Parts: sequence; C-alpha cells; structure tokens
Amino acid sequence: MKALKFSRKQLGIPYGVFMLFFVVLPLLLIVLYAFTVETHEPTTNDIAYFSFSFENFVYFFGSSANIRAIYVSFGLAIITTVICLLVAYPVAYILARSKMKWKNVVLMLFILPMWINFVLRTAAMKELLFKIGLYKSSKLSMVNTVIGMVYDYLPFTILPLYTVLIKLDKNLIEASQDLGANSVQTFFKVVIPLSAPGIVSAITMVLLPTTTSYVVSDTLGNGNVTIIGKLIEDQFSTMFDWHAGSAIAMILLVLIFITMLITRKFSDEEVNTRGGGLW
Amino acid sequence: MEKEEKIIELIGVEKIFDGEQAVENMNLYVRKGEFVTLLGPSGCGKSTTLRMIAGFEMPTKGQILLNGKDITNVPPYERPINTVFQRYALFPHLNVYDNIAFGLKLKKFRNTYETPDGKTVTKVQKMSKAEIDAKVSRVLKLVDLEEFEKRDVTTLSGGQQQRIAIARAIVNEPEILLLDEPLGALDLKMRKDMQLELKAMHDKLGITFIYVTHDQEEALTMSDTIVVMKDGAIQQIGTPKDIYNEPKNAFVADFIGESNIFSGTMVGEKKVRFINKIFDCVDDFPKNEKVDVVVRPEDVFLVDEGKGQVNGVITSSIFKGVHYEMIFMVGKTEIVVQDTIERKVGEKCSVIIRPDDIHIMAKEFDCNRYDGYITKKNTVCFADGEFECDVTQLYENSTLDEEGYLITADGEKIDLTDTDVTVEVGLKDIEIIDNDEDGDAAGTIIQIVYKGDHYQVIIRTDEEEEDFVVDTEYTWNENDRVSVKIPKDKIRLKLKAVNK
Repeated sequence: MKALKFSRKQLGIPYGVFMLFFVVLPLLLIVLYAFTVETHEPTTNDIAYFSFSFENFVYFFGSSANIRAIYVSFGLAIITTVICLLVAYPVAYILARSKMKWKNVVLMLFILPMWINFVLRTAAMKELLFKIGLYKSSKLSMVNTVIGMVYDYLPFTILPLYTVLIKLDKNLIEASQDLGANSVQTFFKVVIPLSAPGIVSAITMVLLPTTTSYVVSDTLGNGNVTIIGKLIEDQFSTMFDWHAGSAIAMILLVLIFITMLITRKFSDEEVNTRGGGLW
Repeated sequence: MEKEEKIIELIGVEKIFDGEQAVENMNLYVRKGEFVTLLGPSGCGKSTTLRMIAGFEMPTKGQILLNGKDITNVPPYERPINTVFQRYALFPHLNVYDNIAFGLKLKKFRNTYETPDGKTVTKVQKMSKAEIDAKVSRVLKLVDLEEFEKRDVTTLSGGQQQRIAIARAIVNEPEILLLDEPLGALDLKMRKDMQLELKAMHDKLGITFIYVTHDQEEALTMSDTIVVMKDGAIQQIGTPKDIYNEPKNAFVADFIGESNIFSGTMVGEKKVRFINKIFDCVDDFPKNEKVDVVVRPEDVFLVDEGKGQVNGVITSSIFKGVHYEMIFMVGKTEIVVQDTIERKVGEKCSVIIRPDDIHIMAKEFDCNRYDGYITKKNTVCFADGEFECDVTQLYENSTLDEEGYLITADGEKIDLTDTDVTVEVGLKDIEIIDNDEDGDAAGTIIQIVYKGDHYQVIIRTDEEEEDFVVDTEYTWNENDRVSVKIPKDKIRLKLKAVNK
C-alpha cells in the first residue's frame, strides 16, 4: 500500500471545503435571493418559481426609513470609531512606551471584557445606564448606543494600536527630537504616520461591525435606533421575506466594500511594507 | 582665548542607570572644529556620554556646557547639535527629500527688517520652500546622492541610507555633529571608504565631530583626538599617535592595536625582567616595582637561534596579507610577532626587542598572579612550589569523584592533570614561615617596604625567580631565608584560554 502523503497544498483542503459550503454557497444564495421575487401556487401557497427582478432594491430605496437607517448606521459607526481611537490611542501609546513591570497585566485588563459574552455585557451596560439615569430619556437613545458600542469595541482598538506602537523604533522618536521637533511635533509627524497600519486595523475592527451589530442599538437604543443590521433581521425573522433581506444584505456588503477601499487607501503602502497590525 | 575655543565641556558628569554607574565623574572638553572619537569596548559608557551631549539622557550629576553656557537641562530639540544614529533611524514613511528636509521645515528664525515707512519689524519665520530645496540638493550633492530626492528610503542600500542619515544631520548646520557608531552596519570595504569620506567632510564643513566607535582602527584613521574609555571612565586622551605610541596603561595598549602584554618586575635602573630575561628599557621605575610590559608585535624581531636575547620556537604562522603573524613560544609564554619574512612552524629562533620598543606601565598591584598547572594529585604547581587547592572552582558547580576526576555540572568527566591555569593569591593571604622547609615554596626576602600600617615583603623563589608579594604586620629582614604557605581556599584558579 502506498504511504499516505500530503503535499503542502493539500493541507488547505479542509479550509477550502469550509469556504465552499459556508462562504461561497451562502453568498451565491444571497445574490440569488436579492435579485429574484417568488411566485406562489394559488392553491397550496407553495413556492412555484423565482423570477428575476430588481423589485427588492427599488422597494428598499423607496423607503425614507431605510435610507435613514443607512445614515444612522454609518453615523453611529463613524462616531464610535472616532471616540474609540481618541480613547484608545493615548492608552496604547502610554502603555507601549512605559517600562512598567505590570504592562501586560494592564493590557489584559483592557482586553478582559472581550472574554465576557457580548449580549451579557450589553445587558449589563443597560442596567448601568439605567442606574445612572441616562437610560430614562428617549432623547438619549443615540448617546446610550454610542456609549455601549465604544465600551464593546474599545479592546479591539487598543490591541492593534498597541502592537504597532510597541514595535515603533525609539530611535526614530529620538531622531525627530534631534532634528528639532518637540514632543507634539514628533507625535504628529512621526508617531501617528508610523502607527497608521495599526490605526487602519483598528478602524476596520470597529467601523465594520458597528454598522451591522444591532444587539447594542436594540438593547440600549430603546427602540429608537434602527441600523441596517436590524432591518435585515426584521426581514428574515419577522417578515419572512428572504428576498428583501438578501437585497439589504447585498447593499450593506457593497457599502462596506467601499468603506474598506477608502480606509485602505489612506496608508496602503505602510500596510504592505511594514506589515499590518495584529489583525 | 583657550577657554573660548572649547565648544563643549563636560564637568564632573555622572550617569547612573538603575543603580549601575554607566559614566563616572567625566571631565572632558572638545575644541571647536575638532574630530574627537570616544573609543572603548561595548558597555564602557561611550554611547551614554554621546546621548547626554545630544540631550537624550540627563546626567545624574555634573554639568554640560556648550560654548560656556549650561545646557544640562536643555531638551534635545533645542540644542544646536545633530546626531547620526547607529542604525540610521531614517523615517520610513518619508522619502529621501522629506527625511532631509525634516529639520529644515521645523526651523524657525527671527527675521528683522525695516518696512517702507521706517518701522523695524521682527517676525518669526519659517524657511521658504525654495531655500529648503536648495539646501537639500546641496547636501545630497555632498554625499554623492543627487537625484535620489524622490526615492523611498527603504529601497536604499545600507551605504546609501548611511549617507542620507549624514545628510539629514548636516543639512541643519549643527555646531556639533554626533556620530554613534555610524559605520557599524556596513561591510569592510564600504566602511573604509566612508571613513575617508567622513574625514574629508569634516575638513570641508568645519563642524565639530564627536564620533563613537569600538573600532580602534577607525578611531586612529579619522580622529584628531581619541578618548579611550573603560567602565565609564576615561583611560587616556590624546592624539592617535600618542595613544598608539605611549599608551598610559595595559588596557589602552591592548585596546589600541595588537600588543604583547607581560607582567614584569623592575630589577634595576632602566632594567626590567620579563619572560625570565632582563631587558634594557627607557622608562625609569623604582626597583622591584611590578609593572606591565607592552611590546607591539611589529617591534619584535626574529633572528637565528642564539643570535638574539631570548631563544624559543615558532608554534604558529599565519599569512595576513602584508605580513606573517607568528607565535613565538618562550617556555610557556607566547609572544606574537609580525614579520614579512616567514619562519616555519617548529623552527627554533631567537628574538630581539629594542629598549625603545619596550613600553613599561605602572601596574596596580592588588594580587599575586602566576602561571601554573594542575598535578595528578589535584594540587597546583607554581612559583617553585606545589600547593593544595580547590580545583572545582575551575568549572561552575562541578564536583570531584573518588578517583580524582572532575565531574562538571553537565556530568562530563575531566582529567585535570597538566591543565594550565592562572593562579591568583591575595597579598594578605600568604603566610611567611621562618625557615625554608616547612612551607610549600622557599625563597629569599629581597625587599621590605613599610606602608604606614603594615610591611610589604617581597620573597623571590630560588629557581624560577618568581616573587611573592606579602602584606604582613611583622617585620622581617632582607636576605632572610623563608618559605610560604597559602590556605587552600585562598588560591584562586582560572583556566587559561586556549586561544588568546
């Protein structure tokens, strides 16, 4: 009997199979559903046939509530990302440059929330906001959602920033000071540009999930904040209209793709030549 | 006048890192326009000194003056000093032009001019784009990299990056240029070229250069003044010639160029004994003083057997390009010789060392040192005597088995018989016995010196004429026959390195 031998390429087979069944196939199904409508048997109400149509898209863009959901989704995502970066950057920077012995423990404390169930964390946040009185007013729905999202995604921002900042050559900072730049100038002219890969990773890690994850907006938004993710969920589990749901999913896919392109463009070279962040 | 010449001065500067002294009580000044090299092995504090001048480190103690003004606490970005870093530290996100223009774009200067209506106005201005362009292209020309402006720095070779790093520093027209082992990462050929180029650049620009290196040849080639450092302290300051020809101590002699260093004893006026022979020399030291004798390999002349001062045998000969490097053995001492005429391995010959070429240096005498070997009984023989000792100190965590073999920490079994060792015995650890039979080695007292609260006695052994220097409270007479005893635990042994 011939000995069982694997070439290195064959080791990729399990992933290939996984890809085919859980990524490629579903994606094709989404496309199929998005561009079709169904006709039912008049008597039994079973599905008779699918027919090609743009109806789902026309319907979606016809509703001002849907357009509003897009605005809200991206507005929320951008605000969350900006706040996350503003909060995480100084922490990551201080931590990366400090000679503290317990550096890793402190870093772990920041990342620790990631280990607790997402839904549970959000529910706990709701209770907390209720206790401090922010949850009562419906005017604050948006604020509460942002607080919740920042809380949930902060670890995802700190980690990639920390990984690039810890690799930052201290000589470059000294070189900058040596050439006449004070601390502020050094920060903006050297540290920020060189940590661009980390910033891009952080944005990718926060911006994309926040546009879709409706758990936070549902729980903390008190029903006043509707994002695209929520619309898709409604179509599938409340209205049972898979065609409309798939169409919205496709629209989201395209929007995210465009966002990705924009973010990547900012520091494409750094990502390629210096290696991205942790993610 | 002389005071004005000093561009930078370090006064009693000290730096302590986490309780460890990196630089101790440093006093140094550099004259305007000088090329000064801080030379020393790694960890000698040369880079720390440079970093304190640059402003990256604050001295724990002491003062740094620039043109007579105290700049000890001035941050690096306000000092008119620029640095060329060891690994270049070019900004990878900027191209060549932007790297060089980095400092210029930040520069602000006061511009005072008169307006048409007669008022004098002072404005803080930045350099114009045209000015920056002109300066950048001028330095690029200086470092021979014209038309590289738009290139990405990460695509440049090591040598090119080095030039850009130099260009980036000198474009700011600093008063002092600091160079921290800038050529360390280049290959030999490139390094030699860059040495000459840097030297030429220094002559052309007239900027003061302070250069840090561990490469003695580099220091000798480029510097006006060399500062040799060891363990955070300055050993010697001088011109390359002075340092090479008149090293102040054995460390400097060993570090600068190749040297044979022997322990010797002054035996008379301008007479020194080493390798068991008495040589005439030109340095005068008190009689019986322990000294270091330094002889450069190129100053040892090989002649046919019997025609020189000491006979011996050639044990190794390596062709080095211009000359042969040979090892000449006299008994158990080796002398490195450089000569253009080859002598074959095994050839018996003789050497001549001229009095002028024997450099004698005061030795800080803190303990007796001997060459010895281990016997079958795990005792040690040196200075005409056999002494009991603890051989397990030669290997860490080793033990002896019943048969007298040494078992190392890794379990290896070693027969120590005839192992060559260096023996160290403290001055206070030797006991003098009033007859020449009861001790382990016998000899005659040749000198007694009163040192305030004790006597220092020198006992010379009969055959090998080794000396025991002993600190004792008791008084003895010269020419007394005595013997010595050394407690087993006071004999410190060290393995001799097989290859020097």
